[in-house]
Amino acid sequence: MAVTGLGLVTSLGQGAEDNWAALTAGRSGIHEIRRFPVDGLRTRVAATVDFVPAEPLCAPVLSERFAELAADEAVAQSGIGRPGDFPGALFIAVPPVELDWPQRRALAEASGATEAVTYRDLLASAATGRFGEFHELFLFGTVAERLAERFGTRGSPISLSTACSSGATAIQLGAEAIRRGETQAALCIGTDGSVNPESLIRFSLLSALSTQNDPPEAAAKPFAKNRDGFVMGEGAGALVLENADHARARGATILGYLLGCGEKGDGFHRTRSSPDGAPIVAAIRDALADAELSPEDVDYVNAHGTGTPENDKMEALGLTAVIGERMKSVPISSNKSMIGHTLTAAGAVEAAISLLTIRNGRLPPTINYAVPDPAIPLDVVPNEARDASVSVVLSNSFGFGGQNTCLVLAAEPR
Amino acid sequence: MRRRVVVTGTGIVSGQGEGVAAHLEALAAGRTAPVGQERHSGYPVHPVVPLEWDRQIPKKSDQRQMEPWQRLGCYAAGLALEAAGLKDDPALKARMQLIVAAGGGERDYEVDSQILTGLRDAASPGAYLNEHLMSDLRPTLFLAQLSNLLAGNIAIVHGITGASRTFMGEEQAGIDALRIAEARIAAGQAEIMLVGSSYNAERPDVMLTYELGGFYWNKPFRPVRDRAAEGGGFVLGSGAAFLVLESEQHAESRGAEARAMLAPVAAVRTRRGPGSVEAAVELCWRDLGTPSPDVVLSAATGVAPATTEEHAALARLAPAARVYDLGDLMGHLMEAPGPAGAVIATGLVAAGTARDVVTSCVGHRRGEGMVRVAAAR
Repeated sequence: MAVTGLGLVTSLGQGAEDNWAALTAGRSGIHEIRRFPVDGLRTRVAATVDFVPAEPLCAPVLSERFAELAADEAVAQSGIGRPGDFPGALFIAVPPVELDWPQRRALAEASGATEAVTYRDLLASAATGRFGEFHELFLFGTVAERLAERFGTRGSPISLSTACSSGATAIQLGAEAIRRGETQAALCIGTDGSVNPESLIRFSLLSALSTQNDPPEAAAKPFAKNRDGFVMGEGAGALVLENADHARARGATILGYLLGCGEKGDGFHRTRSSPDGAPIVAAIRDALADAELSPEDVDYVNAHGTGTPENDKMEALGLTAVIGERMKSVPISSNKSMIGHTLTAAGAVEAAISLLTIRNGRLPPTINYAVPDPAIPLDVVPNEARDASVSVVLSNSFGFGGQNTCLVLAAEPR
Repeated sequence: MRRRVVVTGTGIVSGQGEGVAAHLEALAAGRTAPVGQERHSGYPVHPVVPLEWDRQIPKKSDQRQMEPWQRLGCYAAGLALEAAGLKDDPALKARMQLIVAAGGGERDYEVDSQILTGLRDAASPGAYLNEHLMSDLRPTLFLAQLSNLLAGNIAIVHGITGASRTFMGEEQAGIDALRIAEARIAAGQAEIMLVGSSYNAERPDVMLTYELGGFYWNKPFRPVRDRAAEGGGFVLGSGAAFLVLESEQHAESRGAEARAMLAPVAAVRTRRGPGSVEAAVELCWRDLGTPSPDVVLSAATGVAPATTEEHAALARLAPAARVYDLGDLMGHLMEAPGPAGAVIATGLVAAGTARDVVTSCVGHRRGEGMVRVAAAR
């Protein structure tokens, strides 16, 4: 399974090249939120993508635009098919969407209600037919539909969510379709543009977000003892996955290989991992088994590394259980220290960065690592990028709802 | 070589009651699901029957942490597991994989109303919104809203922890869930999977989403077939449907009865235009291998002209088949009609009422698919 194209959009910039330069310079894309007023919020920072215009400015439009840019880059790089005629299936991780407050307000205003505003008023405005575009915009399948139309992908496009491991699941679904022989190529995307007041407040109310707002670029502190939550991020990652023989036959440049995917559910709790880490361990083992590799083969771990007290502890525990004593010297770093947690997109964004890590022979750092956590005695590539020869990367993604998905990416086929 | 995929358990709930038998009986009697009025909006809806949650969701704490769409899904999933003889097999459940087709969960409608009312005169609307969302939203409501948290709850309540994936995208999500599950089992990528969807229609935010596009039937009730002349539209229904799918070998090895065989699922994406639905239905039919079903279950929504086109194509393709409208039987369950059709089809086949059943699913705005369920032998 070859990767022949990759594309990236994050708060650090557009395109793999700009992102790589910023990531290896240890630059943070986290800043004060300018998109909406932050009065009264406990968290006032995020890694939003503010340089991509979107109209109206809402999660589905932002998600569509980021996905489009990342996929444009990936498809162009792969040289597969013709513009608007991608010879394969589309698997896209998209954030769940619903009508947002600006739209609700517009409907409330149009109703002319002078007493308490109710859903009957909103429905009366809706029934005028004047707000028809909101319908299409806030369907769960619209982003995928528009991308399928733009890129000319084949078949029924899959929109999916496995919470914060969604991007990795999109890649896994693509890999499975190619292995089944249904398609020679798949366009796999994770995208998320859902930094808006209600989304942020929902995470905030679950105490999942960092509240260290000042300075913003120091808010995300994965693996550090003073870590206090994740920082919401936005962006998209896109990969063109291709049957390796198919890619070689058409003379494509192969950027790397997807050797294996692993997954395991966790029925312990809605937001917390099983205390023994067993599902994380099982997902990592499943991915390595799928790749026909052993734990000794892992050169570097692209961590889920959200910077929440719980995640980083459990991830370290799970990795140590699988890789053993050697884990102390296997470098592991968290891209989220710089680009925030790109949520639905994270698995795809970080898979793309993992491939860049392999190709460039350089490990992006975990920034803001000032206070080591004795409970996590790992080499987190603290604060500065480092040259290293990397053949095999394990990329982890974990999510609410007991979702654990791991990918194994490599320089060479097995 | 493709392996045969069989159905070994099903679970369904809707306005027609609980379980496959209740639905087969209603289908035979030509009974439309009861119509009620959604309480916040006054819009017509097909409510689900009251259920004894304790029977499938034993812990009250779990029930409390779920909103109706999740309880419905967990309940129907439990029925399917029970029917497949899996309830007391924790080791197998811990290996089982899960695909759920879902939208998003319920909101707090009182809070929405209060905030919209307050925003009207707020000096600083942004600050007002922040302040009230921070203080008025129930923190755990988020976990009832995330699309993948039905799957998460099924893992917690029923111990299905192989791994789960949640597909979104309205009607087509339910079709694609069945399509991918069947393909993975047939190819040997999985042995046993739980697949399904649930929908709570008794909430005004979903009426709002579809009324915005003019898709909701907010007039005196008429059956699906009789709506086109008055502009067409659908009436949402609450319910859920789940199936246990497994490879034939796997079912045999554990002594489970194959109630029906699931053929590879057809799904296409077409740009909607005049005649496109008819063409898509024909394409799906060909992908199914031009079957000769004795029953067709149409999930036609009632939206014009898609419903008229779908019915015309089905009448031409399956002239001898009895055609039933799931939209009348249960209402429109958005992501769930594909799985619901497959459950009812399995019931018909297992009862010997039919040998070959095709469920046709044409989305209200996009997506066309077909599911074929046939006698296991």
